Amino acid sequence: MSDDATAGGPVEARLPAWAADYWANDLVKIGATLAAVYAVYLVIGALLGYDLSGQLNSLRRLTFLIVLYSIAALVVNLHWGYSGLFNIGVVGFMATGVYTTTMLSRPLQGQNPTGTLPGLGLPFPVAVVGGVLAAAAVGYVAALPSLRLRDDYFAIVTLAFAEIIRITVKASELQEFTVFGVTLGTGGGRGIRTYPNPVDEFFAGPGQPVVEAVSALGVDGSLVAGWAFVLVLVVLLAGVYLLITRLAESPFGRVLKAIRDDEQATLGLAKDTASFKIRAFIVGCAVLGLLGIVWQGSQGYVSPSLFIPQLTFFIWIAVIVGGAGSNTGSIVGTILFVGVVYLGPDYLRRLVEEYVSLSGSVPTFPGAVGALAGGDPQGVLLYTLDQTSTLRVVLTGVFLVWLLRTNPDGLFGDRREIASSIDLEDRVERRRARGDADGQEGGGSE
Amino acid sequence: MTASSDVDATDETELDDADADERAADPDATGRPAEPLLEVDSLTKSFGGIDALNGVTFDVTAGMLTGLIGPNGAGKSTTFNVISGVFPPDSGTVRFGGEDVTGLAPNETASRGLVRTFQMAREFRNMTVLENLMVAPKAQVGETAWRSVLPGARGAVSDQEEEVFERAWSMLEFFDIDHLALENAGNLSGGQRKLLELARALMLDPEMLLLDEPFAGVNPSLESKLLERIETLRDRGQTFLLVEHDMDLIMEHCERVIVMHQGRTLVTGTPEEVQSQEEVVEAYLGGNVA
Amino acid sequence: MITYIPAIAQPPHVLSSVVDRVQRRTRLGKHGWAVLGVAFGVVLLLDLVRRLLSGDLTVALLVGYLWNGLTYGLVIGLAGVGLSLTYDLLEFANFAHGDYITVSAFVGWGAAYLIAGFGRFDPGSLFFLGVGGTLYPGDVGVSVTTAPVAILGGLVVAAAAGAVVAVTLDRVVYRSMRGMDAISLLIASIGVAFVLRYLTIYVFTQQAFGLTVSAWTYGVALPGGTVNVSAPTLLLVASSLAAMAGVHLLLTRTKLGKAMRAMAANRSLARVTGIPSERVILATWLIGGALAGLAGFMIALLQGTITYQIGWTLLLLVFAGVIMGGIGSVYGAIVGGVLIGLITRVSLVWIPASFTEAMGFLIMILILLTRPQGLFGGETA
Ligand SMILES: Nc1ncnc2c1ncn2[C@@H]1O[C@H](COP(=O)(O)OP(=O)(O)OP(=O)(O)O)[C@@H](O)[C@H]1O
Ligand SMILES: [Mg+2]
Repeated sequence: MSDDATAGGPVEARLPAWAADYWANDLVKIGATLAAVYAVYLVIGALLGYDLSGQLNSLRRLTFLIVLYSIAALVVNLHWGYSGLFNIGVVGFMATGVYTTTMLSRPLQGQNPTGTLPGLGLPFPVAVVGGVLAAAAVGYVAALPSLRLRDDYFAIVTLAFAEIIRITVKASELQEFTVFGVTLGTGGGRGIRTYPNPVDEFFAGPGQPVVEAVSALGVDGSLVAGWAFVLVLVVLLAGVYLLITRLAESPFGRVLKAIRDDEQATLGLAKDTASFKIRAFIVGCAVLGLLGIVWQGSQGYVSPSLFIPQLTFFIWIAVIVGGAGSNTGSIVGTILFVGVVYLGPDYLRRLVEEYVSLSGSVPTFPGAVGALAGGDPQGVLLYTLDQTSTLRVVLTGVFLVWLLRTNPDGLFGDRREIASSIDLEDRVERRRARGDADGQEGGGSE
Repeated sequence: MTASSDVDATDETELDDADADERAADPDATGRPAEPLLEVDSLTKSFGGIDALNGVTFDVTAGMLTGLIGPNGAGKSTTFNVISGVFPPDSGTVRFGGEDVTGLAPNETASRGLVRTFQMAREFRNMTVLENLMVAPKAQVGETAWRSVLPGARGAVSDQEEEVFERAWSMLEFFDIDHLALENAGNLSGGQRKLLELARALMLDPEMLLLDEPFAGVNPSLESKLLERIETLRDRGQTFLLVEHDMDLIMEHCERVIVMHQGRTLVTGTPEEVQSQEEVVEAYLGGNVA
Repeated sequence: MITYIPAIAQPPHVLSSVVDRVQRRTRLGKHGWAVLGVAFGVVLLLDLVRRLLSGDLTVALLVGYLWNGLTYGLVIGLAGVGLSLTYDLLEFANFAHGDYITVSAFVGWGAAYLIAGFGRFDPGSLFFLGVGGTLYPGDVGVSVTTAPVAILGGLVVAAAAGAVVAVTLDRVVYRSMRGMDAISLLIASIGVAFVLRYLTIYVFTQQAFGLTVSAWTYGVALPGGTVNVSAPTLLLVASSLAAMAGVHLLLTRTKLGKAMRAMAANRSLARVTGIPSERVILATWLIGGALAGLAGFMIALLQGTITYQIGWTLLLLVFAGVIMGGIGSVYGAIVGGVLIGLITRVSLVWIPASFTEAMGFLIMILILLTRPQGLFGGETA
């Protein structure tokens, strides 16, 4: 779909020299990939006859998903790429964050609109902090005993935890309950209304003039709040990126890297490896909690069915595409994943529907097969077009297996990101330069 | 580069002041008769029916270079594993610096100053040689996650990183692997990996080092340089227990020798004493390994 | 020089479980934990007796829980055999195993419908279980007593489908990845799982299909009520026992079975001597897949409905059973599965129904932490 010559090996090797130089910069990598995907989506938008609002909305949705998946991918990279913690219960921690924040922030009994669940009525920022801490705490409980388990057992434990959390929020017993005289609830299987999005509230209130001004330009006014929220998320992503790269490029991250290579040897260097792993795990879980709060929480309503393993699966794909171990790779991988694998099939469907004249509808698979047997391939196509969101997952699975077999390190997996708070390459260079100057007469160490 | 500047470099102990204090309080320094630093008593360990250790007892005096010898499979590496806490013994005790450290986890024994190297080098293969060394120093400020992240606190982290880098660099120069500083450790040759591991252990500035065949695959000239270095460190109060198959090396450099055979300590004594023991000759030449 | 690979350098098995760590600190000892566990069990047992005596719990209710637990557990156990064997032999956790169950259950029930409704309805509608509302269970009227041939036929087809699915995926995906690390294989199996699950949705949508009409049921009168023993549960118990007997004979009487057992007993030796041969791997997938198919067909029979999630929801419980029984042990997988079934059902005495599955997961986590080699396994070999 996109013109990525990237899928299939170290990127540098395939670029001309001048481009490879620029490519060396991480931000350029991310920016160039993003620009390429944007360009493709603008072209598709034009083909679909989108007007300015349509194009802006299409890019907004694209960016929204890229940013959110990137945050998750960075966490998975911190867990797996750096700490060797095979967490496939990502959704569980997101659910913990958003459910806790919701239950903390919903209005108290009596003040809640009829038909909605009451909560603890805490101010929103406090509730957010509560959600983040709850996710971190669940991470602690999940990881503390499991740290010494081998990777596959750890994976099973995290998955079990995610399921336990989903079962818990789904339980009818907790749909609405009263403790210490306070009534609150998870909403059970029916789900629960979350909290108002502060960005939306701003543009509905004091920010109204901006919306009006934009509308006057002929652009859909609702895009203002939408894009503003995306920008807030971009700032959040930048913060998470900074947090995780700083962690990775520090003595802390260096120990994590060492553990990933050889835990026993790291123990032998007087490092309490369990403590390092658990701290890395908790930091990641806290970020996942926050992610759930801004992602699912921002949709106005959550239910247990949002937190199914498919989401975790997608996040993992993004990381594997980019290559576990590289933060830049995780983000580039996410851009490609969202642009190509996640949203691609749907846009492809729209293009087909726009340019291929198809009529009628085939609601069932046997119907489609029956039509095919009767010599009409259109039935299968029609049925398949209806099922793009399902087939997308199938294709993702196939793609994953293919990737593991042909390119298990991902795009950036073989990349060296040296773990130190200072630029070691630079220090070594300077030392060598000095050594050369000093040791004119002495034999070099080469 | 000169030997003296190298020694100075490792002697910088800003990072581990506590360690330096500990060493100052060492019996040797106070002039009292040397007490054993490491006391190993009646260790046993079996692996699914195989008795790898079957009564290992010996002492290592502080400030000495002690050799641990024995034929293949005698249990030398297993003894190291049990002492350092890789696995707990089935019975017996290990005391270090007068404290019972039996069954303590490896990181706990190491942080008490008892550091070991492995017979098969265990470098961090996906990290550069330089990073390998920089992992080791104890209690680095930047190992606290928030200090590495928060703007105000990062200054201290970077400052210490510069120091750690300087130490690591001197170590690399001494071991003659500075040209490999930015190489991935996994790409090193066998001998280079052993060097790296020894250098990494020395970065911890340990009170006592357990070295499991550290010279395997190392070229002879470097070997004698390393021995010289070990002896210098020994003279400064560091203690070494050395597993080595080269008898000449052991006899020449060690002050005391412990002989193991089939999971037991046979004899302990000076090289001369040990050499004259018939049992030892038998253990090596007699009907042991097939 | 003799070079051996120290235990610690072997593929990252449990370096040392938490118990070891706590043991190091507290010297509580392995027996201490066992004593603690047993004490907890005794307390629960005493509470059970108290509830029975005080009338909080009737005998009928308890027996009902036990019967349900047994049938449910047999399904879990059957499904677990394949997972356990391949986990041990190929050294990776096959997360697609649950979806083998799903796919073969759908195929098996499609076959059952075809047999039961042959000539009366459109074969396409029958095989696809009337997806899209073209057919309803009441139309076809399948049940163990009214259409035993269809049920048995479906059972056989489900087993065959499970075997075919397992072998095909091994050929297409896993075979070319032999020797890759366990985690790559595990991730690949997650990919396979999603492919199968969503292909099922592609064909059958997310609809939940009712399958059967009510069958003959025998009410056993007990103090406090009656326990219903239905024909499907009887069939389930009978065919599970038959399948287990079959597997037992296969493992003990045939050359292939002996080779499989030898390999399970001494994997590292087997690897050195060139086994696991592809033949043994093939046989393992065949048997494991067939049993997964049987389990899938029967869990649908037991519940009377089927959805694309039927295998996936079972998977973690199957893992629980396998881990409980010790990875690699056929009998362990069965016993572990039955135990998990019993635990989740009997836990209804104490906890609400919403949490019974969570209970199973919790037990699994506890086992992983305290006895990763399984309840019946010796020291980790
Ligand atoms: N982790 C282990 N699992 C099983 N057996 C082991 C393990 N570690 C050591 N052994 C066995 O214990 C015995 C002692 O081995 P050890 O490695 O301690 O000998 P060694 O004296 O170091 O020999 P070498 O000179 O060859 O290094 C051997 O028989 C060995 O096979
Ligand atoms: Mg040895």
